[in-house]
Amino acid sequence: MAFFSILKKDMQNYYLKPPNISWGIIFPISWTLMFFMRSASAVDIRGILPGVMALSVLFGTTSMLSVTITFERKSRSFERLLLAPISLNLLMLAKTTGAIVFGIINAFIPVLFASFLIDLSGVDWVSALVGVILVAVTSTFLGLFIAVSVNEVFEAQTFSNFFRFPMMFLCGLFIPIESLPVFVRPLSYLLPLTYGADILKQAINQSGGIQFWLSLIVLLAFATGLFLLSTRNIKKRWIY
Amino acid sequence: MNIIEAKSLSKSFGDFKAVKDISFEVQKGEVFGFLGPNGAGKTTTINMLTGLAKPTSGEITIAGHDGIRQIKKVQRMIGIVPDESNLYDDLSGYENLVFCASLYGMKKESREQKARELLRQFSLDDTGDRPFKAFSKGMKRKLTIAAGIIHDPEILFLDEPTTGIDVESARQIRRLVQELHAKGTTIFLTTHYIEEAERLCSRIGFIAGGKIIKVRAVDDLMNEAQQEQIVEFAFDEPDQDLEAALKNGFPEFSFKKNQKDRIRVISREKIELMPFMRFFEDHAITVNEARIIKPSLEEIFVKITGIEVEKMKGEREGKKKG
Repeated sequence: MAFFSILKKDMQNYYLKPPNISWGIIFPISWTLMFFMRSASAVDIRGILPGVMALSVLFGTTSMLSVTITFERKSRSFERLLLAPISLNLLMLAKTTGAIVFGIINAFIPVLFASFLIDLSGVDWVSALVGVILVAVTSTFLGLFIAVSVNEVFEAQTFSNFFRFPMMFLCGLFIPIESLPVFVRPLSYLLPLTYGADILKQAINQSGGIQFWLSLIVLLAFATGLFLLSTRNIKKRWIY
Repeated sequence: MNIIEAKSLSKSFGDFKAVKDISFEVQKGEVFGFLGPNGAGKTTTINMLTGLAKPTSGEITIAGHDGIRQIKKVQRMIGIVPDESNLYDDLSGYENLVFCASLYGMKKESREQKARELLRQFSLDDTGDRPFKAFSKGMKRKLTIAAGIIHDPEILFLDEPTTGIDVESARQIRRLVQELHAKGTTIFLTTHYIEEAERLCSRIGFIAGGKIIKVRAVDDLMNEAQQEQIVEFAFDEPDQDLEAALKNGFPEFSFKKNQKDRIRVISREKIELMPFMRFFEDHAITVNEARIIKPSLEEIFVKITGIEVEKMKGEREGKKKG
């Protein structure tokens, strides 16, 4: 019951607020337009769709979570949750589920736009959904890890960019990993988004290069690791 | 019967020892006051008792449960009202209460009914959909207390419940504490308003510098203090050497200068006024006022902790403003 109450409260308080809904729409449109501006005639919407989807999820989840948790921590309302008779794991799952759902919805907004412009037949929707869910879970837990490692909202945003921008360029979303300098390539395989993006590329463009099951296992391992690290940080820093 | 037992409790932050080997008990159904200046270790102690901080060493037992290893069981039976009103800004009073009740597993119907009851009890039932952020300070405080008791806790931790709020709200909160006490709720109260502690608490623990200096029943403290007789004289233009002259003239009494124009005579024996009046007449000193002082808990606090109450209040207000 507490789980659903926390989720419902977060949905009402943060995710369903007009600025956040508009963020979910404006962000994917901006990304798509950016590619149009770069090469209006030659833009391959289907080609960039996995990238736009993955980045929408990554930026949406990390931004939301780092703000909501850091803000609640600052206003001390988070203490109320820590003092409630619910386990820390359940509490953090409740706090992150809203961001995961927000991320999944964010991912499908570019798909909705693309469906008006191009033919999306041949997309493996089941794999795409699995990919989106895994990227949403991993990104949310990355956001959680960031949120529980800092004290201020601005620190959370800065720290988020430390992870987000390298991922944008190194995960093979827009630049194939094979085209990256050889010494940079190992770095790509250390980033969770590489595996999420690969599942999406495979599902949408049949162009992935990593085994589906390997990506699945790696993403689950990243998600579990980030969640455990985050709860450990909470116990260490907030239940001092 | 003890409902809270703290044994050799210590908490360090690096090299700094915030709480130093304290032990105390709180009896079931009593209002236990925890008094001390800012930085004495009051909030750290509450945090350890409620599960927001882990003791560096020591043991806590609450209602028969291990307060460290079984903290989630303990949290089910306690209510906590922190020193700051920390509810959700964008939720209404009713939504905040219903949400807090749900954290304690209360069923939908009973939490909604209890939320309405509490809003009525605290005169907040006309706030409607107004968000918490639009509440006055007193209203916020009352709602935070309502959120702390919505699940009918056996033990209520109240951290500075009336600091910085209007007189009427403070009276309402004190009345509520008395009602909860009458119903059998154990209350652990920290306050810097000594008169509030005197009025509400059955026993008081004095803490300063992370150490418990004394734990006594309020009645015992008052009786002990009232064994001391105090008479205060106020003068127009006090002689600088008056205190020394009095000490010479009346060696069996103690004297203490209180403000620049007042001197207190302190004794375990009854103080006769006439010898003093004759002394002042002989020395051509005009006495404006002579009155018997009944020692207050405030004076007992100063005596026990050695900390001036005004300084303690000043620190507290400074902290609130900061």
